[in-house]
Amino acid sequence: MAYKIIRERFDQYLQQLKKDYRLFAPVVLNGKGTFTDTDSIRYQEINSIGEICFDKKSNFSAKEVLLPITQTLFYFTEDNWSEPKVDDKKLLLFVRSCDIHAIRRLDDIYLRNGFKDPYYKVLREKVRFCLMECEQGFENCFCVSMKTNTVEEYDMLARPQGKFVYVTVKNSELDFFDGKAIEIEPKFPQKNMTEVKLPRRLNQDIAGSPMWQEYSARCIGCGRCNFVCPTCSCFSMQDIFYKDNANAGERRRVWASCMVDGFTDMAGGHQFRKSQGDRMRFRVMHKVYDYKKRFGYHMCVGCGRCDDACPEYISFSNCLDKLGKAEEADQ
Amino acid sequence: MSNIYLPFTSRIIKIIQHTDIDYTFFMEYRGAVKPGQFFEVSIPKYGEAPISVSDIGDNYVGLTIRRVGVVTNTIHEMKVGDSLFLRGPYGNGFDVELYKGKEIVIAAGGTGLAPVKAIIDYFTEHCGEAKSLTVMAGFKSSKDILFRDDFKKWEQACDVTLTIERVDDDGIPCRSGLITRYIPDIPFKNVDEAQVIVVGPPIMIKFTVAEFLKQGVREENLWVSYERKMCCGVGKCGHCKMDDTYICLEGPVFNYTKAKTLID
Ligand SMILES: Cc1cc2nc3c(=O)[nH]c(=O)nc-3n(C[C@H](O)[C@H](O)[C@H](O)COP(=O)(O)OP(=O)(O)OC[C@H]3O[C@@H](n4cnc5c(N)ncnc54)[C@H](O)[C@@H]3O)c2cc1C
Ligand code: SF4
Ligand code: SF4
Ligand code: FES
Repeated sequence: MAYKIIRERFDQYLQQLKKDYRLFAPVVLNGKGTFTDTDSIRYQEINSIGEICFDKKSNFSAKEVLLPITQTLFYFTEDNWSEPKVDDKKLLLFVRSCDIHAIRRLDDIYLRNGFKDPYYKVLREKVRFCLMECEQGFENCFCVSMKTNTVEEYDMLARPQGKFVYVTVKNSELDFFDGKAIEIEPKFPQKNMTEVKLPRRLNQDIAGSPMWQEYSARCIGCGRCNFVCPTCSCFSMQDIFYKDNANAGERRRVWASCMVDGFTDMAGGHQFRKSQGDRMRFRVMHKVYDYKKRFGYHMCVGCGRCDDACPEYISFSNCLDKLGKAEEADQ
Repeated sequence: MSNIYLPFTSRIIKIIQHTDIDYTFFMEYRGAVKPGQFFEVSIPKYGEAPISVSDIGDNYVGLTIRRVGVVTNTIHEMKVGDSLFLRGPYGNGFDVELYKGKEIVIAAGGTGLAPVKAIIDYFTEHCGEAKSLTVMAGFKSSKDILFRDDFKKWEQACDVTLTIERVDDDGIPCRSGLITRYIPDIPFKNVDEAQVIVVGPPIMIKFTVAEFLKQGVREENLWVSYERKMCCGVGKCGHCKMDDTYICLEGPVFNYTKAKTLID
């Protein structure tokens, strides 16, 4: 059902939802950006639609909610484990089309790649999506090339417009509006400023290409491209103990990055991918080649966040485009 | 739902010291486990490390652990009766059935001997089940030799070539140089059928495999076990991935026809 309602009514609705749901949406954090005087847009818990940033792309994705940067797996004492308690509430995430596609990628790794991950699973089962529309996409977005510009798997849609909010509710569990029903079609971008000629016949031969070495010179291995990516899913484990009670502690996992030193280090000092060029090759191949071999579609959803975040202006979409055009030229 | 990250406790029932930095810990364990599989071994507050099984018994497994860092140093401090935390076994392991009735050659470099020890034990204890068994193990120096007592047992039951890079006479019979030098001497009866397992550091695997191929061993009869950085052991953390393959899930044991397609 779809409705046109005034903003105050929508905020009341959110308050009602808050009894059973925690609401997460992109919020502008003033002055928290990478550079002085810049803002950061990140997922935070919200209370009202006014807090949500609709007109800019978030720097970080909703991945933060399902897969926290650091997550306690369990607490231990001498020889006892206890798992952290999980809030009973469900989660409503305000996300864009590409972000919903990205979570499907996380599902592949965390629920379908061999064993199921119990921490991800409990949170994932609670998630409902509220679609945020993108009229034409933002800088560096290339979702149209990646075919993630449209989506059907959302539970509701919210489109603020002046004093009103247009709402579609597809999941009856979230539908407690009253009033006259109207028709709303979700708007999806049909063209981006960035277009990518996707490589279609990539294979391992490209590993030897000299093009990767360019990245060895430019990339500083900061890993930002991994951390902002909504589909990057790697982590490392850490144990910590408490200063005041050395017998107790916790085991955690923290986001890890294939672009950063140490990711492949073995005992004895062997590293498998030493140069940044090799790491870039590994990351790119994962996003648009080997992941597809395993799961049937590309991992990258074209959100462009990696390009937004790179301090060295390294462009992932440009790299894909180069691979695609090289293939074309080869023919 | 069961939590794949929660370990269970296991008591240390025996410890054998092989070298200054390699000890085998015999751990209480009841359950199925195959040679080539590994456990995630941990001590709370220090962390976890993947360790292969080197011995498989009715109520125990052996873990041969080299002291190289935070977790392994701490494990080396432990005594019989203490407990470690385990989860697993993980990985595919070696399929013993596959080698039965064949000429088998096992070539291991350094600590690479640990993950294949349980297969060597199996075929030396069930001598009739393989046409022949040749074990080749290479170490840097005699100080680094693992499983000295076991070598004596194995020599009764199969062909053993023990090599060290620099010969320094300490009484144990061995040859000098790398094991690759002795591969041409293996008296294969039917090289087309011979099954060959190669485990060791990446560079050793590379040259050893090349030498076996040169001798006519078929790619599909060659098996390697890959060691990669691992965290989770269960296909989530991404550290071990090569191409679209997760070494922790689909490996660490690979047929060479597959292994040769995996680029780091
Ligand atoms: C499938 C598999 C089987 C293994 N079997 C054995 C075995 O039977 N016996 C044995 O002694 N070792 C084995 N290892 C290696 C062992 O896991 C590492 O030596 C151990 O994790 C180091 O842990 P640490 O905390 O003591 O070292 P750290 O203090 O964490 O690090 C010391 C060094 O080890 C490297 N390292 C850290 N974690 C790993 C890891 N997971 N894999 C490889 N290197 C790592 C670090 O990069 C660093 O160079 C195996 C590894 C794998 C992947
Ligand atoms: S690789 Fe870049 S463009 Fe693709 S999903 Fe990740 S952050 Fe977005
Ligand atoms: S953000 Fe840029 S500089 Fe940093 S690791 Fe990624 S590609 Fe390299
Ligand atoms: S060890 Fe984590 S994915 Fe293989």
